[in-house]
Amino acid sequence: MKLMPCPLNGLRNISEFVCGGEVTEMPPAVTASDSDWAAYVFMENNAADVVREWWLHVTSGYWFIAERHTASDEILRTYPASELFPKRFDFEPLDDPTEDQGGSD
Amino acid sequence: MRLAAPFGSLIDRDAPVTFTFEGRTYQGFAGDTVASALAANDVWLISRSFKYHRPRGVLTMSGDDGNTMVQVGQEPNGLADILPIHDGLAVMGQHYSGSLVADRDRWIEKFSSFLPVGFYYRAFFKPKGIWNFWEKLVRAKAGLGRVDTSTPHGYYDKAYAFADVAVIGGGVAGMAAALEAAKADVEVVLVERQPMLGGSLNYTRIDVEGTSGPALVQELLGQLRAAKNITVMTEATCTGWFTDNFLPIVVANRMVKLRAGQVIVATGAVEQPAVFRNNDLPGIMLGSAAQRLIRIYGVKPGQRAVVACYGGTGYGVALDLLDAGVEVAAIVDLSATPTDNPRRQAAVDRGIEVLQGYGLREANARRDGAHLAGVVAAPITGNGELADEQRAIECDLLCMSTGWTPAASLVAHAAGEVSYAERSGSFMVRAVAKNMQVAGAVSGEWVVDAAIEEGRQAGAAASGQDANPVPVPRAPDDRPPQPWAIFPHEKGKEFVDFDEDLTVADIRNSVAEGFGDIELVKRFSTVVMGPSQGRVSALNALRLVQSHAGRPLEGARGTTNRPPVTPEKFGHLSGRGFEPVRLTAMHDRHVEADAEMTVAGAWIRPAYYGADREQALQDEVMCVRNNVGLIDVSTLGGLDVRGPDAAEFLDRVYTLSYARQQVGRARYVLMCDQSGTITDDGVACRFSDDNFYVTTTTGGSDAVYRTMLLWNAQWRLDVDITNLTGGLAAVNIAGPNARAVMEKICSEVDLSAEAFPYMGVRLARVADIAARLLRVGFVGELGYEIHAPAGMGEALWDALMDAGAEFGIKPFGVEAQRILRLEKGHIIITQDTDGLTHPHEANMAWALSRRKPFYFGRRAIAAQMKRGLTRKLVGFTLAEPDGPLPEESHLVVRDGEITGRVTSIVRSPTLNRPIGLAFVAPDQSETGQSFSIKGHGGRMIEALVAPVPFYDPENSRQEM
Repeated sequence: MKLMPCPLNGLRNISEFVCGGEVTEMPPAVTASDSDWAAYVFMENNAADVVREWWLHVTSGYWFIAERHTASDEILRTYPASELFPKRFDFEPLDDPTEDQGGSD
Repeated sequence: MRLAAPFGSLIDRDAPVTFTFEGRTYQGFAGDTVASALAANDVWLISRSFKYHRPRGVLTMSGDDGNTMVQVGQEPNGLADILPIHDGLAVMGQHYSGSLVADRDRWIEKFSSFLPVGFYYRAFFKPKGIWNFWEKLVRAKAGLGRVDTSTPHGYYDKAYAFADVAVIGGGVAGMAAALEAAKADVEVVLVERQPMLGGSLNYTRIDVEGTSGPALVQELLGQLRAAKNITVMTEATCTGWFTDNFLPIVVANRMVKLRAGQVIVATGAVEQPAVFRNNDLPGIMLGSAAQRLIRIYGVKPGQRAVVACYGGTGYGVALDLLDAGVEVAAIVDLSATPTDNPRRQAAVDRGIEVLQGYGLREANARRDGAHLAGVVAAPITGNGELADEQRAIECDLLCMSTGWTPAASLVAHAAGEVSYAERSGSFMVRAVAKNMQVAGAVSGEWVVDAAIEEGRQAGAAASGQDANPVPVPRAPDDRPPQPWAIFPHEKGKEFVDFDEDLTVADIRNSVAEGFGDIELVKRFSTVVMGPSQGRVSALNALRLVQSHAGRPLEGARGTTNRPPVTPEKFGHLSGRGFEPVRLTAMHDRHVEADAEMTVAGAWIRPAYYGADREQALQDEVMCVRNNVGLIDVSTLGGLDVRGPDAAEFLDRVYTLSYARQQVGRARYVLMCDQSGTITDDGVACRFSDDNFYVTTTTGGSDAVYRTMLLWNAQWRLDVDITNLTGGLAAVNIAGPNARAVMEKICSEVDLSAEAFPYMGVRLARVADIAARLLRVGFVGELGYEIHAPAGMGEALWDALMDAGAEFGIKPFGVEAQRILRLEKGHIIITQDTDGLTHPHEANMAWALSRRKPFYFGRRAIAAQMKRGLTRKLVGFTLAEPDGPLPEESHLVVRDGEITGRVTSIVRSPTLNRPIGLAFVAPDQSETGQSFSIKGHGGRMIEALVAPVPFYDPENSRQEM
C-alpha cells in the first residue's frame, strides 16, 4: 500500500485518505455561461502529468493539496491548502436578486 | 524408503504421525510433508493433471509446481509437497473419477488431438447455442478440487509489522544481508518460507564431500542467533510487493502486513524441468527435489536413477543419490564438453557413466502407466535436435538439473526489469526499483561465496552503511550458450506447462495462429496461467514462443508478473471478517423491548417493536397520532458550526438563507451538489449569533462534513466545523401528549406553544441531562427532538419512557416513522430522490433562496430550469384503494413509454388507504390527473395525483 505524506499527520497509509479530485477553479458563480458551468462540473482534464489534487485525511478531517504524477503515481509534494488559498474568498453579490431562478427567501 | 540419519534434517523420527491418503492409512514423521511421507511409503502418484488426467507426482518438492494438488477436507488445492502432516490428517487426490489410481477419465487423453490449443474458444463459439450443450460436461470436468460451499469461515487474522530492512529469503545471501544490515542498529526482519534457514545449502551439494554447505549454514545461524535486532520469520511466505514496500507475509492463518524502509530480495532461483516426451511421469523430478527428499526428509527417491544436467549441479545430485544408496545408471550431460568440476570427477571416479552431449528423447512408463520405467537418451545435434542413434536406460527416477530461473516475482511486482539473457540462458534481473536490492541466486549469482558477499553488500546499502564493495566474483562470460533442454517429439506429449497439459505443439500452434507475443500466447493457450504461475514453465514457454515467432530471445520479457507469488487463501485476505456496525446509545433498550432491528447505513436501528410486524406498525403509528411515541433518532448527523462567519458559511452550503435567522429558531436545510442534485437535508438550529447546530440525514453526516471542510479550506471563512454525530444520542418524542410528558421532566423552559413554538430550539436540561431541544416535526405531530451526550442516551430514554408511562407511551421504529412522514408528504433524500433529482422536480423551489449569489447547485439548477422540467414528484392515491398495491420502483407507464416511477408507497393506517409518492411527467402532475403504474405481473394499476400532505394539510397538529 502506498504511503501519503500528510502535511498534518505525517507519513500514513493511503487507505486513511480520500482523493477529492483535481484542484479546479470555479467559474464566476453568477456570470458564468451554462457551458462554462457544465464544463466545470462535468469535465475532467485527466492529464497524464503532475496534477494538483485535493486529499482528505479522513479521521482528522484535514484537506490538503498533493501534487501527484498521474502516470507514475508518484507524489511529489503535499502542502496545506492555505498555500493555494491564502485569504478569504467572497462571491460577487447579485445585481438584481429577483432575476434569479425560482424560490424565495 | 527412509534413509538413516543424518539424512532427514527436518524430520523427528521420535514423533511418528499417522494420516490417510485416499482413505489408506500411512505413517510419517513430524516435519514431513504429505508428499515426503507418501514417498517414504513408496507412494508417488499424488494427483491427476487438469486436462488429460495424466498421473502426476513430485516435481519440485518446494511448492513451486501444481503437480501435487490435493484436497484436505473441505479445502481444495493444497500442495502436498509443502503441506505438513499431522495426526488424523485426511488427504485425497484431486481431479479424477472413481479412484486416483484407476481414474475413469483417463480416456480424455485419447482424444487429445480433438482438444487443440484454444479448444474452448473454438469449440463453444459456433454454432450459436452450442455452449448450452457442452456447458454441463465442461463444468463437471473443469476446475480444480472441490469447493464445499458449506465450509465455515475459519479463524484468520492480520497483523502489522514494521522494519527498516526486510530481507525476503533466508538462504545464505539473505542471511548475510540481514547480518550486515543489523550492524547499522536498524530493525531487520528476515522472512523464509521453509521451516529452516539456509536455503539451497540445506540440500545442495556444493563440494565433493557434501560438508561445506551445512557448515556454512551453521556458521551463519550462529551469528544470527547473536544478533539482537533481527526478527526471523520461518514458514512465512512473502506473497507480493506493493507500493512503498508494503509486503504481505502469510504465516499459517495470519497475514502480516509488513512495511519496510528497504527490501532485500534474496528469494533464490527455481530449478527448471526439461521438456521431452512423457516428461511428466511420476518418478521424474527436479534434481533439487530429489536432494530435498534425501537430505531434508530422509527419503530414498528411487532405486535406479538417471540424472540430466548441464555440468556442475547435476553431478552433486548424482553423488547424493549414490550416498543415499540409489544406483545411478547414467548422467545425461547436455553440455557439449565436460566442465572442469571436482564433483564431475568424483562422479566419474565412483563409476557413473556420463553421456556427454546427450539429450532426452523420451521417457517410458511402467505397464500401469503411473511411474517412470526408463528413458531414451540420444546425442544432441542441434538446438532441440537429437541424433538417430539412441540409448535406452531403465530407471525409476530421473533427476532434471537442467537450469534455473530467478525467483524474481517481487522484483517484477515492483516494476523492476526481468528479461531473458543469453549469457545465463535464463531470465535475469536487469533493474530493480527504488528502495530494493537483490542478492544471491535471484540476481544470477550461483557461486556461494559470491552470493554471500553480494548479500553483505546489499545489507550494507539497505541500512545506509558505506557498502565498501568488494568486487563480486562472477562466473566467466565466455561460456558457450548451452543447448536448450527442449526436445520436441514427433508423437508429442512433451509438456511445457504441467498445470494445463500444454505441449511444444500447443505453443507452436498458438504462434502459428498468429499469437506471436508471449502475452497473447498466454491468453490463447493458458500457458503460465495455472497454479504454478509459470515458475516451472515460463522460461521454456518464452524460448519456444520467441523461436517460433522468429524474435530475439535476448532482452525478451516473460508475461507480466502480478501478486500473489504463491496462492493466498480467501481467509487470509478477509481476515477476521469484521463487519463493523454502529449501535446507538439506546441499543440495549430496543433489544429489551423486543425490537426487530434493521440495517440503516452503518447503523442498526429498530424497525418495529414486537413479533407481529403488521400489528406493530398499526399500533406504533396510531400511538403517535393519538397519544405519544418515542423514537431513537441518534443516527441523524449532528454538526456544530461555530464562528463569526457561521451564517455566511451555511448560506453558501445550503439553499435557504440563514443570515437573518433568529437565535432560538430552527430552519430547514437542503443541500445540493454543484450539478444541482439534492444530496442532503436537515435543520439548522441557531443557538447564538455565531453558533448553529445542523442536523443531517442518517448516513449523510460524513459526506456533508467532508464537503463543508473541503469548501472552507478554499473560502477561508472564520468558522469551525465539528462533527458531533458519534458523540450524541437523540430521540424524537411525538404525539399530542408529547408536551405533557416533557413537562414532567423538563421544567427549565416554558414548553407552552406560545413560549416554545414550532421550529423553536432551546438549550435545556431534560431529566437533568443537558440537551438541545428542537421543536421539529418530521412525523407531523407536536414533538421534540432531544439531542444529548451519547453517554446519557440510555438515561434519557428511560426518563422519557418512565414519564410517559402514565400516558401509555410506546417506542416506535423506523418503519412506523416512514409511514408517518409519508402521510405528511415529507420526502426522504435518496429514497424519493435519485442521483439526478433537482429541487424543482421535488417541489422544493420554495427552499431556494433568490437573494444569494451562490449556494451549491444554484448555477446548475438555473441552467436546468431553462430546459424545463422533465419530471415531477407528486403524491398519489389509487383508484381502487382495496386493489393490489404497486411497490417502490414500479414504473409509471404511458402509451408504452416510461414517464416515472413510484418512490414511496404504503397503506396509511391513519387514513386507511394507500398513499404514495411518484415521479411522473410534468403534464401528468396536476391534482386529480390519473396515471398508470405497472405493478406485479405487468398488471396496470390506476393512480390519481393527490395533494400533499395527505394528513393534516393545514399542519395544525405539529404546531399545537
